[in-house]
Amino acid sequence: MGVNKKEITIALAGNPNVGKSTVFNALTGLKQHTGNWTGKTVDLAKGVAEHKGVIYNFIDIPGTYSLKPRSKEEIVAGDFICFGGAQKVAVICDATSLERNLYLTLQIIETGADTVVCVNLLDEARKKGVIIDVGLLEKELGVCAIGMTARSGEGIEQLLENLSQTSNKNPVKISYNENIESAIEFIVPVLKKHNVGELNHRWLSLRLLEDDPGVKKFIENKDDLTEGQREAIYQSAEKGRSFLKSKGELEKLSEAIASRLYETASRISRAVILKSSGSTDLSKSERIFTNRISAYFVMFVMLSLILYITIAGANYPSQWLSSFFNWCELKIVSFADLIDMPEMLKGMLISGGFRVLGWVVSVMLPPMAIFFPCFTILEDLGVLPRVAYVLDNSFEKAKTCGKQALTTCMGFGCNCVGISGARIIDSKRERLVAILTNSLTICNGRFPAIITLISVFLVSGSGLVGGIYSAFILALIIVLSLALTLFVSNILSKTLLKGESSHYILEIPPYRKPQISKVIVNSVLNRTLLVLFRAVVVAFPAGVIIWLFANVKIGNMNILNYIAAFFEPLGNLMGLDGETLSAFFLGIPANEIVLPITLMSYLGAGEMSSIENTALIGEILKNNGWTQLSAICYIVFSVVHFPCATALLTIYKETKSVKWSLLAFAIPTVLGMVLCSLINILGIIL
Amino acid sequence: MTTLDKISTGEFAVVVAIDTQISLKQRLYDIGLMPGTKIKVVHQSPSGNPRAYLVRGAVIALRNCDAEKITVRVDGCE
Repeated sequence: MGVNKKEITIALAGNPNVGKSTVFNALTGLKQHTGNWTGKTVDLAKGVAEHKGVIYNFIDIPGTYSLKPRSKEEIVAGDFICFGGAQKVAVICDATSLERNLYLTLQIIETGADTVVCVNLLDEARKKGVIIDVGLLEKELGVCAIGMTARSGEGIEQLLENLSQTSNKNPVKISYNENIESAIEFIVPVLKKHNVGELNHRWLSLRLLEDDPGVKKFIENKDDLTEGQREAIYQSAEKGRSFLKSKGELEKLSEAIASRLYETASRISRAVILKSSGSTDLSKSERIFTNRISAYFVMFVMLSLILYITIAGANYPSQWLSSFFNWCELKIVSFADLIDMPEMLKGMLISGGFRVLGWVVSVMLPPMAIFFPCFTILEDLGVLPRVAYVLDNSFEKAKTCGKQALTTCMGFGCNCVGISGARIIDSKRERLVAILTNSLTICNGRFPAIITLISVFLVSGSGLVGGIYSAFILALIIVLSLALTLFVSNILSKTLLKGESSHYILEIPPYRKPQISKVIVNSVLNRTLLVLFRAVVVAFPAGVIIWLFANVKIGNMNILNYIAAFFEPLGNLMGLDGETLSAFFLGIPANEIVLPITLMSYLGAGEMSSIENTALIGEILKNNGWTQLSAICYIVFSVVHFPCATALLTIYKETKSVKWSLLAFAIPTVLGMVLCSLINILGIIL
Repeated sequence: MTTLDKISTGEFAVVVAIDTQISLKQRLYDIGLMPGTKIKVVHQSPSGNPRAYLVRGAVIALRNCDAEKITVRVDGCE
């Protein structure tokens, strides 16, 4: 009551794939939140834990191999650990590859940060026959070390216990060769004299010798330094650098530092690993993704399975949501009647805005809430890096990054998520290619219409044979969309985004049991809700506009008819008609409403209504002159057209560029129009 | 003396020199792949590119176009 509790901020750092999120979740449970997940920076998850009256704020830093940033994510990691103002850094290490993890650990200890080392994944290490002497590790590093299996909670209590105390008793000091040591001596006294605190002076000196931009920024921004003092520091650094240059060591400085750190890491890890069976045999499950036939087969089956679970599983929840919104609509209508709302306003807001909003939510939410947890499970299992590994060759040939395989896969769920997911790609050029081509992947919103058209126009048989035949056609369409992704990526890499494929290092973690915890589902749901929120923001006004178009008459025709008449020639060229093409444009808020708008304008109705009966949809379309060829053209344009409004918004947020957002709109649209026209002309000739 | 992309699956090699662009070189140093490091070719992807290497206890995939810029000395089989 009124007593301010002590608060401590702790950064959680570590290599990628060391189970850092598991530690974070074990520490903070559900008391966590991510910053705006599509903001301009890579977000840091924050979580809170209370232990014995002290409040601990944990900041989850993106996984990194080194404090020296190489990618956008690592800049955040490096900056936060070095200058982020955390009182403590907890480094999570993977017990099965301790040596490499100690490299980052030593770098962090070198900064002078108060460090706790957590050796995680002890259970996996034990299985491999590796036993680690954590006590000896603590002695060697001179900072607190804790053995941990975060999955089962082992070591978490001990970590919380240790966080309240200062753990750096006598941190290990790494000495470099005599030339580097002499160069350091040029700078350290100057830093001491001007009282540049907080960070270790040796570490600052080394970074100044390397001309590290982060450290320079740190000194620039340090308010308590005068201009003259800054100048003195820079001069001493310049002296050190020219000294190293005269010894011929400046060029190789970073390499020499890295080598020395690894030598130390290697020595310590050899000392503390008591027993190691040393077996590096290729496990049987690894063969799946190294064999040509099984790799592609397994990936194909997995994708089909996830899509099937998503589409089939979303069916019922979608129906429930839809009846819920219908019920709401009725209630709102009776309320509107009660207050004598004008007919026009009632139609616009309720039959227009609200109905489309309800529609978008009920068709969008369930598939996303199913698809993304499935995806997270595959990620946890370690399957996704292997998919990138297998597909990298195709993407290298298209001069892009193998990680684009993953953003493409995310696109099957929702293009917006695929677009934001492109942050995992380091090179800016390759990231843009991935963003611009993502809408070529068929998202959840487009599957239902495509499946309906396949069963109405392209498959005659029913039952099992018909089902398998439909699935086969759907698979062909997916392959087409993947081929187009590679094709467009390649063209972009030769024209607008000229460049070679940048280098590529991908870590393949061991298979792990997925963690289907509440937390993961929770975070995925959060993510889904955010995308949904953006969709809703667009859906309501779009619903109002569509209603107005269908109901405001000029002369004999409503606006929708005028638009359809305008698009008629282009639509005909593409094997479609004016109504369908205008539906694509009016359906920009969400792909799910394209077919309903088409049906609405065919029926001359003033509002959209959901038609569940596939046969009835087929009949309406056939009565309006649809043939097999129009169905094919519709499907192709559905695959290759502009991204939906939410995706465009996401593209703008990610690229911060109007030019790229417009191109993301134009490229697939033009390509789709050309493709459909070609198919149409070919179809007519044949 | 040969290059890393030429080492067969299952064989060991010791890195002699890295002659890639500087950004990749720094990355390789970060994951502990530097002159003197012993690595093993563990497997290759279905197309033969990229291939996976065991570097200090972790499996890392590298494209062949990058691996051919890494000079190594063959260090026999297990």
